[in-house]
Amino acid sequence: MATLKSLRLRINSVKQTQKITSAMKLVAASKLKRAQNAAEAARPYAERMERMLGSLAGAMGGRDDGPRMLSGSGADQTHLIVVCTADRGLCGGFNSSIVKGARAKVAELRSAGKTVKIYTVGRKGREQLLREFSDLMIEHKQDIGRRGPEFFEAAGIGEELTALFADEQFDVCSIIYNRFESVMSQIVTYQQLIPFAVDADDAATEPEAGEGAYDFEPDETEILEDILPRNLGVQVFRALLENAASEQGARMSAMDSASRNAGDMIDNLTLEYNRSRQAQITKELIEIVSGAEAL
Amino acid sequence: MADTVQFELVAPEKLIFSDDVELVVVPGSEGDFGVLPGHANLISTVRPGIIEIHENGQAKERYFVAGGYAEVTAERCTVLSTEAMPVDAIDRGAAEKRLEAAELDLRDADDDAARSRFEDAVGVARAMVETAGA
Repeated sequence: MATLKSLRLRINSVKQTQKITSAMKLVAASKLKRAQNAAEAARPYAERMERMLGSLAGAMGGRDDGPRMLSGSGADQTHLIVVCTADRGLCGGFNSSIVKGARAKVAELRSAGKTVKIYTVGRKGREQLLREFSDLMIEHKQDIGRRGPEFFEAAGIGEELTALFADEQFDVCSIIYNRFESVMSQIVTYQQLIPFAVDADDAATEPEAGEGAYDFEPDETEILEDILPRNLGVQVFRALLENAASEQGARMSAMDSASRNAGDMIDNLTLEYNRSRQAQITKELIEIVSGAEAL
Repeated sequence: MADTVQFELVAPEKLIFSDDVELVVVPGSEGDFGVLPGHANLISTVRPGIIEIHENGQAKERYFVAGGYAEVTAERCTVLSTEAMPVDAIDRGAAEKRLEAAELDLRDADDDAARSRFEDAVGVARAMVETAGA
C-alpha cells in the first residue's frame, strides 16, 4: 500500500494540474468569445461577396471563355489540399480530426489515380502529416493569428494559391478545416476553392428576385478576373476564423473534462488517503493496547 | 418607391456602415457615380478613394475605401472593400509612412505579379495621403 506521504504528494500534484486545466478553460472561454465575435463580424463580407459572385457567374451563363479560376484548368489531375490546423495542442481531438479527414481525402484521391499536394496552415497539422506525406507537402504557414487571424494573412495565402494556380501547379484546390457548430461539436469541413463552385441555391434565387440583369463596369470577365483571387482570400479567411473559434471551443471542452477528471481523481485519492490514515491509527492503537496487556 | 437606398459598406473584418441613405457617391473605377433610389442594376469595381454619404443635399459622412467592388440595385447599394475607415480616422503620418514603404517595395519588386501587387499598394497609400491632406 502507498505510504501516506506519497499519497499526499500525489493529491497535491493532481490539484496543481487541475488548477492549470481550469485556468486554461477560462482562457479558452474568453478567447472563444472573441473568436466567435470575429467570425460573426466577418460573415457579411463573405455573404455579399458570394451574392455578387453568384450574379457574375450567372451573367457568364456557363460561357467557357471565363477566367480559369471559375471554369477550371480543364484537367482534374493534380489536387492541392490546404489543411488548416492550430499551432498549439491541448485542444482535444481538434487537430487530429482534421488530420484524419485530410488523410482519408488523400487516400481517396490517390486511389482514384490523382496526384496530391498538401499545403499546411498551422504547426500541428504539419507535424502530424510530415511523417506520412513529407514528399507531398509543398508549402507551410504557421503563427497565423496569435490574436485571431487577420485578413491580410488570409489574403496572402490566397495570393500564393493564385500564383501556384497560374503556374499550373495544380488543377483543383480545396481547403479542409473545422467548422464551428457549437462548443461541443466542430465539424471537419471539406470545401472546394478552385475552380470556384457557384452554390446552386444562390444561382437559382438570382432570377427569381426579379431584379433583371446587371450592368457591368468594366465588363464581367474583367471583374471576375479581379474578384476571384480576392474571393479566395475571403474563403481562406472564413476558414481560418471558423478554425480559430473551433480550436478554442475544443480546448474549452477538453480542459473542462480534464478538470472534472482531476476532481474525480482527487476525491478517490483523498478517500484512499483517509482510509490508510485510519488504518494506521487503528494499527498503532492495537499495538499500544496489546503492549499494555502483555505487561 | 422608397426615397432612400439601403447602403452597406463592408470590410472583411466587419460591417462598417449599414443604413438607409438618400444619396451615396461611390468612386467607381471608370468614374464616380452617385446612387439614388431606383438606380439601374450595376456591378462595378471601385478604385481607392472616398465614399460620400449625402443627406439633405450635403455630404454627411465620408469614408475612405481602398478599392473593392460595388453592387447596386434599385433598393440597395453594397460596397465591398478590403479596407475602409472614416476619413477623420486616417492618420496622415501613418499614411505617408505606408506610401514610402509601398514605394520601396515596388522598387524592389522582381517579377510582374509582385510589381502589380505593389503598384496597387502604392495607389492605395497615395489615395490615403491625398485624402488625409484634403
